[in-house]
Amino acid sequence: MGKALFYKRQYSAKISVSTLICAALFIASSAFAKEGDIQIQLADTCPPSFSLGTDNRCSLRHMYQLYDSLQDSGIGGLKTALPKARDGFSPQQIDLGRLLFFDPILSADNSVSCATCHNPKQGFSDAMGRSVGINGQIQTRSAPTLWNSAFLSSFFWDARAESLEEQAVGPLFSPAEMGNTPKQLLMSLKNTDTYVGLFKQAFPEQKAPISIGNIATALTAFQSSLISLNSRYDQYAHGYHDALNDDEIAGLNVFRSFVARCSQCHTPPLFTNQQIAVIGTPEPEGLPRDIGAEKTFKSKVLRGGFKVPTLRNIAQTAPYMHSGRFETLREAAEFYTGGRGHAVPEGEVLLLHWHISEPDLTNDELDRLVDFMKTLSDESLVPSTPAQLPSGLSFKHMENNHNEKS
Amino acid sequence: MKNLNTLAVALAAATFAVGWYVGSSDETLTITSSKGGKSYSGGYVTEQSTSAKSEGAVKLRTTEGEIHVINPGDSIQTAVELAQPGDTIQVMPGIYSETVYIDKDDIHLLGVIKEGERATLDGLGKLNDAILYSGNNIIIENFKIIDYKGNGIMSQAGNNFEIRNNVIVDTGIYGIFPQLGKNGLIEHNVVSGIADAAIYVGMSDNIHVAYNEVFDSVAGIEIENSRHAIVEHNNTHHNTGGILAFITPGLPVKDTYDVIIRNNFILNNNTPNFGAPGSTVAGIPAGTGILIMAADDVVVEGNIISNHKTAGILITDHGNAANLTLDPESDPNADGAMILDNVMLNNGYDTIDEVKAFALTELHTGNIDIFQIGPTEGSCIINRHRYKTVGIGDFTDCDFTNTDDIENYLIAGGAEPRVIAPSERGEIAYLGVCTGCHAYAGRLIGPSVQEIQALYANRPEALVSYINAPTPMRSDYPEMPAQNYLDAETQLAVANYILQVGN
Repeated sequence: MGKALFYKRQYSAKISVSTLICAALFIASSAFAKEGDIQIQLADTCPPSFSLGTDNRCSLRHMYQLYDSLQDSGIGGLKTALPKARDGFSPQQIDLGRLLFFDPILSADNSVSCATCHNPKQGFSDAMGRSVGINGQIQTRSAPTLWNSAFLSSFFWDARAESLEEQAVGPLFSPAEMGNTPKQLLMSLKNTDTYVGLFKQAFPEQKAPISIGNIATALTAFQSSLISLNSRYDQYAHGYHDALNDDEIAGLNVFRSFVARCSQCHTPPLFTNQQIAVIGTPEPEGLPRDIGAEKTFKSKVLRGGFKVPTLRNIAQTAPYMHSGRFETLREAAEFYTGGRGHAVPEGEVLLLHWHISEPDLTNDELDRLVDFMKTLSDESLVPSTPAQLPSGLSFKHMENNHNEKS
Repeated sequence: MKNLNTLAVALAAATFAVGWYVGSSDETLTITSSKGGKSYSGGYVTEQSTSAKSEGAVKLRTTEGEIHVINPGDSIQTAVELAQPGDTIQVMPGIYSETVYIDKDDIHLLGVIKEGERATLDGLGKLNDAILYSGNNIIIENFKIIDYKGNGIMSQAGNNFEIRNNVIVDTGIYGIFPQLGKNGLIEHNVVSGIADAAIYVGMSDNIHVAYNEVFDSVAGIEIENSRHAIVEHNNTHHNTGGILAFITPGLPVKDTYDVIIRNNFILNNNTPNFGAPGSTVAGIPAGTGILIMAADDVVVEGNIISNHKTAGILITDHGNAANLTLDPESDPNADGAMILDNVMLNNGYDTIDEVKAFALTELHTGNIDIFQIGPTEGSCIINRHRYKTVGIGDFTDCDFTNTDDIENYLIAGGAEPRVIAPSERGEIAYLGVCTGCHAYAGRLIGPSVQEIQALYANRPEALVSYINAPTPMRSDYPEMPAQNYLDAETQLAVANYILQVGN
């Protein structure tokens, strides 16, 4: 199955343009232009992996619903339930979220969209150690993947948000990221006739549906539809042991062994236990220590602590760690065998996680770990990029392939 | 436990007065008989339904599968690969150097002991773990396991397990380590020379640890972030700490409660701490009989606890323990400690400075059987006058004297897997797997569901055959990957589901 195929999705919005000439005109126009010419009908069916209920809500279905987990924790081993997912949005809300996600109208100067840093072609990240916001501002951290964010209970590297909605408005109004203001954002959407119609479709019972709350809801609806649970690893987990080759199984056994201890924090089936861990990775040359969760929880013991990221689709999101210090999965894995605290600078006091130990992994074991991590890839449900954006603006993520690492 | 110092100083003024008060009330003794009194009712209500009385944690098989006999020179793992749920693997005496992993349900892995000679898994100091499993209803017994770097026997998320009669020597971090599982029995194992815990029950429910001998390790038996556990009739000696019940903050399962530690021999656990730097057990003071840290509702009954230089029973909250991370979701206090009758001899004879300093705030000098520090609620004790105690002024007299009513917390017949109706199973597999490539109407990647319905109407078995081993049918479509990783039940359920699904 070629990857290109995944971009031809059925459930995407059907866009019809009244005339080609009008379309061309409005692509060249600004975000504030009136463009009544694009008629977009939002999807009325759920994305794959979702079931449409009679109440017009999409409920997630996936194979891990066949299992339980201890204390409903959503962590465990191979046949273990996932954490409860965010779902229950309407097909229209999910589809509106998709359009918003790709539309640079969300940023102050129409220069970036959500997809700029969370590019579906790059694992919903951007192949950069630190992402770039408006006016070329380089961020302090990398863009986390959005795959499977429906299952997460905290957001951002430092776990400062507790819901996808809270997360969504962060970058929108951060001066360093999308730089917008609620006022300008609402105005630019209200001045775009297409969006006025789209919000009516997505929130039919509301009189004034263009609101920050509904923007956050739509973005949440879309993000929670990004499901990746059909990797070769998953086939193995469900009981088909030929899905992985000998090297990959050897990697799985290193991964879960108590020597490497990877699975103690990157716990299946989500490959994160969603806790904060202080592991002491180095910052990029010349950058100060990022204090991470110390700020969120106002606690020194969490200095340099970050949320354990999922490893699903990890092969797609190099470089690694919160500020992209490691270019490859091999380097990232190797960090853990460098010795407890080996990269912590003199004078820096970090309470390192107890699983940061001295595993003395062999080169062969590190290679096998990489083999195994690559089996966690599944982008079969990547949503399609809209044919055209409601604002008429051009896409701002396709050209964002800078610094792509092999 | 370096932080003890700071807190001791901070609390000194307050406890000084309390100490005087408690001191003066020592004159009236309440003597309670532990025979015939009221029993602890426990924190776990068994869902009593099954008449199938089970001796252990794994349901007795009604039919036996195949028996795979493994001899020295054979690979145990090869047999595991061949085995089907219900099968037994018998490993004959001899040396086997491999990592055995069982990602299947209902496998019994049994060593054969002949005239004392065991099937021995030898990690040669190079291999990581001896036995890993993730399946349910696993039995592992009669092995000798030596010289691994990680764990002797480890599970992630297996329910209903029995780990029995194994001899485990120097296998790295843990000897026996079930994690994230429910309903397990660990009995009659001899475990020694382990750098962390000889027997470590992590994030698990309904666990029974009995008749084990654990020694020469940092921690003997450890119950961490787990509920409904009984630790009884074990002999734990010459470790750094004997038996531990605690909460490690920063783990995804946040609490420990309802633990009964009873009728154990807990002797001479004064071995210098050789835990890895940063590990939670590295903070255990050598000479600790029982350590209760932040765990709730822990009953200590009928143990013989003797010859521990720090304390016989040490109870602390997180605030007084060193090197712990912050976890707002974990309750840091050890509430509901319940100390029933125990035999305590010669404990706390050479305790650590932090304990001494806090004892002094209660004007206590000399030996210490029971030491408690940090806020605690609902804790109780009977016959407190028998022991040398520090910090238990808030403990009431327990209104029960024994745990006789509780035999174990195991789930008779085993924890059942989730019951999924075939239609629900079909829907889950259809939406979770098939809809990635097949839309109801129109081509997505593969043909539409409508086309499939027309092709296979009333022939679900034929559809099952196809998805198991697809053959290209349309030249302009990509080849369908085989769905043979779905089990037969799921395959039929999804075939039936697809053939009737609407848009």
